[in-house]
Formats: sequence, C-alpha cells, structure tokens
Amino acid sequence: MTADASFWIVQTLNALQLSMLLFLLSVGLTVIFGLLHFVNLAHGSLYALGAFVGVSASAFAGSYWAAFAVAPVAVALVGIVLYVALIRRMRNAGPMNQVLVTFGLIFVFLDLFRLGWGDIPLGMAEPDLFSGRTEFLGIVYPTYRLFIIGLGLVVLAALSLLLSRTQLGAIVRAGVDNGDMAACLGINVERVFFVVFCLGCALAGLAGAVAAPVLSVTTDMGTAILIPTLVVVVIGGLGSLRGAIAGSLLIGFVQTFGAVLAPQAAAVAVYALLAVVLILRPAGLFPARG
Amino acid sequence: MKLSRTWLSAAAALMLAVPATAHAKDYKVGLLLPYSGVYAALGKEIDQGFELALQTRLGEMAGSKIEIVREDTEVKPPVGLAKTRKLILQDQVDVMVGIVSSGVLGAIRDFVHQSGTPLIVANAGNDDATGARCSRFITRVSFSNGQVNRPMGDWLYNKGVRKVYTLAPDYAAGHQMIETFSAAFKAAGGTIVGGEFTPFRTTKDFGPYLTKAQSAGPDAIFVFYAGGEAISFVKQYASFGVADSVPLYGSGFLTSPLYVNAEGPAAKGVVTSLHYVPTIESPENAAFVKAFSAAYGHAPSEYAVQGYDAGQALVEAVKSGATDRAALAEALGKVRFTSPRGPVEIDPATNNIVQNIYIYETVQGDGTLTQKILDVAKAVRDPVSGCQK
Repeated sequence: MTADASFWIVQTLNALQLSMLLFLLSVGLTVIFGLLHFVNLAHGSLYALGAFVGVSASAFAGSYWAAFAVAPVAVALVGIVLYVALIRRMRNAGPMNQVLVTFGLIFVFLDLFRLGWGDIPLGMAEPDLFSGRTEFLGIVYPTYRLFIIGLGLVVLAALSLLLSRTQLGAIVRAGVDNGDMAACLGINVERVFFVVFCLGCALAGLAGAVAAPVLSVTTDMGTAILIPTLVVVVIGGLGSLRGAIAGSLLIGFVQTFGAVLAPQAAAVAVYALLAVVLILRPAGLFPARG
Repeated sequence: MKLSRTWLSAAAALMLAVPATAHAKDYKVGLLLPYSGVYAALGKEIDQGFELALQTRLGEMAGSKIEIVREDTEVKPPVGLAKTRKLILQDQVDVMVGIVSSGVLGAIRDFVHQSGTPLIVANAGNDDATGARCSRFITRVSFSNGQVNRPMGDWLYNKGVRKVYTLAPDYAAGHQMIETFSAAFKAAGGTIVGGEFTPFRTTKDFGPYLTKAQSAGPDAIFVFYAGGEAISFVKQYASFGVADSVPLYGSGFLTSPLYVNAEGPAAKGVVTSLHYVPTIESPENAAFVKAFSAAYGHAPSEYAVQGYDAGQALVEAVKSGATDRAALAEALGKVRFTSPRGPVEIDPATNNIVQNIYIYETVQGDGTLTQKILDVAKAVRDPVSGCQK
C-alpha cells in the first residue's frame, strides 16, 4: 500500500463525506429522540422516501435541483401526516409501543416503495454544476462529494446558530432539558415538538436526495442506513447536536479507515466502538442532559 | 350372466384405457422463487421467462398440460426449505423449478435429493451445487459462478493486461467468481496485484476501496457486484476518475441490462462476461426478445432467459416421454436444445449447463445503453470438481 500524503488526504475526504451523510440523518433522529423521547425507527424509511421522491422529481423536471428542493418538502409533508395520524397518539404510549409502531412503519414503507417504484434498483445523475472532479492539494476528488461535505457543514452551522442564537433554539434546549418545566413556564412544548419533528423529517429527505447520485436507490436502503444512524445517535448521546456531529465523524472515520487498514474487521469495527463507548460513557459522548 | 360379466370387464378395460390414450399425463410444477425481498425483481424475470417458454412450446407436448404452483422463498433459507417440503409432500409436484439464492439452494439440496424430486435450478450459481454437492436430481440451466468468469482470465491477458486488482462482496458467490477469474488469469501468465472483499450489502461507499485499488497501480480492475451494489460501484468508479487510468472489467452481472440504465453514462466502456445479452444475433434470440418484449413490455435480461430455458428443458424432458420423478430427472440430465443464448446442453458428468460465454462492452444505443459483443467463448464446460452423481 502506498503511504503518500495524497492517498491519506483522499481517504480523509472519503471519511468526511460519509460522516456528513450520517450527520444529516442522525441529527433529525437525535433531536426527535431527545426532545420528544420518541423512538422513530422509521427515520431510515423517510431517508429512502427522500431518495425515491428525488429520483422521480429529477426525472420529471430533468434537473437534479428539483430533487434537492422537492424531496425535503415531500418528506416533511409525509412527516406531518405521520405526526397527526400516529405519533401524537403514541406520545405517551411508552417506548415499547413506539418501537413496535415505527418498526411496523418500516414494512409499510418498504411495500409502498415496491408498489410505487418497483423492485429494480434505481439511479440518479449528479447535478451538472458538481459533476466531474476537482484538483487541489495535489489530489483529484469528485466534486459532488465535496458538495456533500460542504452541505453537511452548512447544515451544521445553521443548526448550531438556530439552537444557540434564536428563541426557537432556546425553547428546544429548554424542552430537551426539562419538558415539564418548560411547559409550566407557558411554552407550547407540543407545537415546538411538531416543528422539530418536521425539520427532522425534512433533513432525512434531504439526506436521501443528496445520497441518491452517489449510491443506488433501493427499497431496502432505509433499513440499511438505520443501524449506523442509531449507532451514531447512541455514541453521540441522545438529543444533542454536538453528539450527532461527534458520533457521525467517529463512525465515518472508523468505517472508512477500517475499510482501508483492516478490511476483514471493517464490518465489526463500528460495533466494537459502540461497545467501548457504552461501557465507558453509557449516556454517550455528549448527552443533552447531564 | 356370462354375457353381462364380459360386458362389464370390457367396459372396465375401456375405462382404464381411455385416460392413457386420449389425454397424455399432466404435470405439476413447483415454481419456487423470491417474489419478495432483495431478489424479487429477479424472481419476476425468471417467472415471466418460464411462463413464456411453456406458452410458446405448449403444442409440442402431445396434449400434456403443465400446472404451476408458485411459492415465495422470501430469499430466506428456512422459508425456502419449508416451501420445498410443502411443494413436494403436500402438492406432490412432479418437478421443481426456480431458486435464485445459493443460500436457499444449499438449504433445500438434501431434502430435494432424498425425496428424489427433479429440480431445475434457474439462477443460483454456487459452484458446489454442481460440484462437491451435486445431485442426479438437480439440473442447473442458469450458470455456475466459475463458468461465467473463467474465460475472462485468458481474454484479458491476450488483450495485454498483466496486473489486475480485484474487488467483490464478501460472500460465497463473490469469492467463487473472483477466485475462478484469478486462477485463470494467473494460469495465462498474469499477476493479481491485490484485492479486497467488501462487507456484503452493508458497503455503500466504495470510495476507500477505489482509492486503495488505484494506489496499487494495476493495469485493470476486475470486479463482481450485482444489483444495488453494482450501481453504486460503477457510478463511484466513474466519479473518482479511476476509469481514465485503470479500465474496469468484471462479471457481467455488473452491467446487467436489468439495471444498467440506472448506472447511466458511468457504465459506458465497461467490459464484462456473461452467459446472455439481449443483443446476441440469432433467429432464436430475435424471436425470444420479440415475444418477451411484446408480453412484458421490456427487453429480457439474463434472468429471463434462465427462466425461459428452465421451461425449455422441462418441455424437452416431457417430450422424451418421462412421466415420473425419476424418469424426469434422468431426462433432464440429458437435454440439449438451442437457447436464445446459443446451443446449450446439460453436462452428464455434473448436471450443469454447457453454454457460450459472451464478452461484451456496454455502449450507448438509441437513448438507452446496450451491449456490444466483443468475443464469444464457445461451449464453456465446468471441470468435474468432486461431483459423484
């Protein structure tokens, strides 16, 4: 194996790209987890829905950007339907019932994808603006992957500003910290929950549309991504933005460099990391509540 | 009194004789395929091909009718075994057809063998199924993992390729395809400079592997991926620009016509080997492509032709006059006919198919991608590796 710098720079970018994709997915899941105390196992299915809607939108409009715009909105709308029809009713039903209901949703979505888009895997073209490769620091890297890294950083910056600098952010932080007390202070916690849930769904849809040009769009893509996303959330700590980004980076780097350095162990490396974190820090690295 | 007895026995003799002459034996076929799960698309193609063969050649079976009982394996070995038991014991099928996953084939092999029911394998390519674990009741009309890839070893070497890096998913088929290719390529004089088996179905990002492969400095990369993994791999291979310096070769499932259009322009120029492509020029293939497209609205894939030939093999066995399970199995092991993929026969030593392997390049057609045949390896036959029927 070559040990020159460019090889490691490219692998670092590969790891960053994977981390950002995981971040887009896990941030929605972790905030819903932390704020609503709600275990949404169907989050991966919403990601797949974003990818499928994206494929159709981009084929219909003939442009990648249609997918980029339509997928988050469509998935957020589906999220609203889910919230009104199911999740609001399940709020106080206890984690076991929530897991069962959202686990069932996974299968409902799987069959809906099969009915709507068929069993044959689909693909989607990259946007013309970011197709091809970029040269810098003596390396050549796919431009679209740089776009994913950039997009992840933008979302991270926007969310951290939203949480730390706006009133909504303050309310969300208060809600995560102590929902009952926030409600006593006259905050309509339920409405905040609703907004956060929609935002989480929209981000899952966005992740689907962003991942579609790199990966293949298959009916089981949601279930395949669910486990790494849950691992990110558990490692990072429930409900915290810092946890989501830290967890995503850890998993992204462990998975990528695991594949490079010890391919035979790559499949278990992530779970080994999960076990170590759970032993040393059972609440995750950056839990929202101390 | 005497008269009436004579009359009765004459009537009885007539009643016995009538079914034997006026209508021929009807057959019951258990079609065991994945109609749900990751291979549902493949199951559907095989089913459609099988039906088309029976419809097309119905007239040749001297009035025999074939009843199909369909069961879904869900791509799960235990489910496949339970459904096999049901088909053989409850439905009393004369012959079984199907099996996409080699995992399912492995699980049902002993039961099928011990029950003495003929099974026509329409996909599952595990080398062992017609190798160490072969059975006189199991006939494969699809391909074996080794068979599809072996001709590429010589072919690549003769094209001037000397150093190859290999990639495949880490499961039985991935290992068999790569190991057969590597053995053939090394025997021809080439060198395998490195390779990796990626975690099966969990690898979404091939970036790390592609970067590593490129840095090993090979003349070419040879891979096996199928379905969703194939799409991800080919697209990422193109996006990293590996294609500019290192050409991509592989097992033909990489650019199967079933999903090659989802890979888009990234698939152009990729050269692979497979037992069937829709662009084979022969009257049999032209008729097949026309009939299949008319019936189902899309061009047939290699999976469709496997289902079609499973049907053709069954028709040939029926035509030979076989009526019970043992005779059908015997007859299936000897069939030979002209398939859309060229002349095919069953190798009596292993019960695996002997067929042409097509080396083809994926090129741009009118609006969609199509297959340009570069070379044909004729009548490729697997070695008898441990098979004792």
